[in-house]
Amino acid sequence: MIAGIALILCFQLGGEVVARGLGLPVPGPVIGMAALVVAFLMVPRLFESVRSPAEGILSHLALLFVPAGVGIVGHWNALGTQGGPILLALAVSTVLAIAVGALTFVAVARLAGAAAEGDERAGAGRND
Amino acid sequence: MTDFAEIWSYLNEGPLLWLTATLIAYGIGDALARRAGGRPLVNPVLVAVILLAGLLWATGTPYATYFEGAQFVHFLLGPATVSLAVPLYLARGHVRRVALPLLAALAAGSLTAILAALGVAAALGVDTATLTALAPKSATAPVAIGIAESLGGSPTLTAVLVLITGMTGAVVATPLLNILRVRDWRARGFAVGVAAHGIGTARALQVNETAGAFAGLGMGLNAVLTALIAPWALSLFL
Repeated sequence: MIAGIALILCFQLGGEVVARGLGLPVPGPVIGMAALVVAFLMVPRLFESVRSPAEGILSHLALLFVPAGVGIVGHWNALGTQGGPILLALAVSTVLAIAVGALTFVAVARLAGAAAEGDERAGAGRND
Repeated sequence: MTDFAEIWSYLNEGPLLWLTATLIAYGIGDALARRAGGRPLVNPVLVAVILLAGLLWATGTPYATYFEGAQFVHFLLGPATVSLAVPLYLARGHVRRVALPLLAALAAGSLTAILAALGVAAALGVDTATLTALAPKSATAPVAIGIAESLGGSPTLTAVLVLITGMTGAVVATPLLNILRVRDWRARGFAVGVAAHGIGTARALQVNETAGAFAGLGMGLNAVLTALIAPWALSLFL
C-alpha cells in the first residue's frame, strides 16, 4: 500500500519536474499518468502495487471536486451577469460533443470493419 | 467555561473544522444520491457544495479560511490524475482492437466540446477570464483545474463549469443517443466519457458495463488531449 502510494506520488513529482522544467502547458500529473501507463507496459509487476491505492482514490473521485466547487461563493458576480451565456455554451457544446463523438466512432468502426462486435454487445445490453 | 465564540475562533484557525465539514457534507450528498436511485440531478458534489457554501455564508467564513482545511482533499486531485493510469492500462486490450474509431471519436468529440463552448460563449460576449476557465471544461476535474491554472484561469470557476458539464452530459446522453440511433455501447460510452468526464462515466456505468469501461477510457484520453489542445483553442478566441 505504502509502496503504491509512494510510486503514484513519485510519478506526479516527476511529471511536475518535467512540466516546469520544459515549460510545457500540460499539467504535471497528466505527464505522470502517461508515464505510469508506459511504466506498466514495460514492467507489468508495478501494476499490482499501484492498483489498490489508485482504485481507492478513484472510487471517491467526486469528493475531490468539492473544495474547488465551494469556490463558487467567490464567483456569484461572474455567474450572475454572464450566467445565461455560460450555461448555454455548456449545454450546446456538451450535446454536440456527445453526438459528434458517438457518430464518428460508429462511422469509422463501420469503415474499419470493426462494427460486428459492438453491435453484438449492444444487442446483449438491450436485454438487460 | 470558555465562551463558544472563543472555541469557534480557535477551530477556525486550524484545518480540522472545515476538513471535517467537507467530508460530512460529501457523506450527506452521497447518501442522498443513493436514496434518489442515482438520478443524475441529485449529484453528491452538488449537494456538498450547496451545503458548504450555505454554511460559509451563514457563519460569515471567508473561502480562504475554508480552504485552509479543505486543501488536504484538494491536494489529492494530483494523485487522482496519476491514478487514471490504472483504468487506462486495464482497457489496453480494447484500445488495440478499436484504435482507429477511438482516435477519430476522441479527436472529433474533444474538438467539438472545446470549440463549440468557446464559440458560443465568445459570440455572446463572455469575458476573457471566463473563456479561459471554460476551455478545459470537458476534461476530468483534476486535469481541467490544472489546465486552467496553467493558462491563468480561475481554478474554482473551472471546477464549477466542469461539474455543470458533467451533469448536463449525464442527463442528456441516453435520450440524445437513442434519438441518433447509436446502438454500439462502445461508441455511446466513449462519447459520453470524452464530453462529460467522471460524472458521465458514472452514469454510463449505471446503464451498461461496456459503455462504462469505454466512458472511463474516453475520460482518460480526453484528459491528455484537452491538456494539449486547450491552449491552442483558447488562442483562437482571445
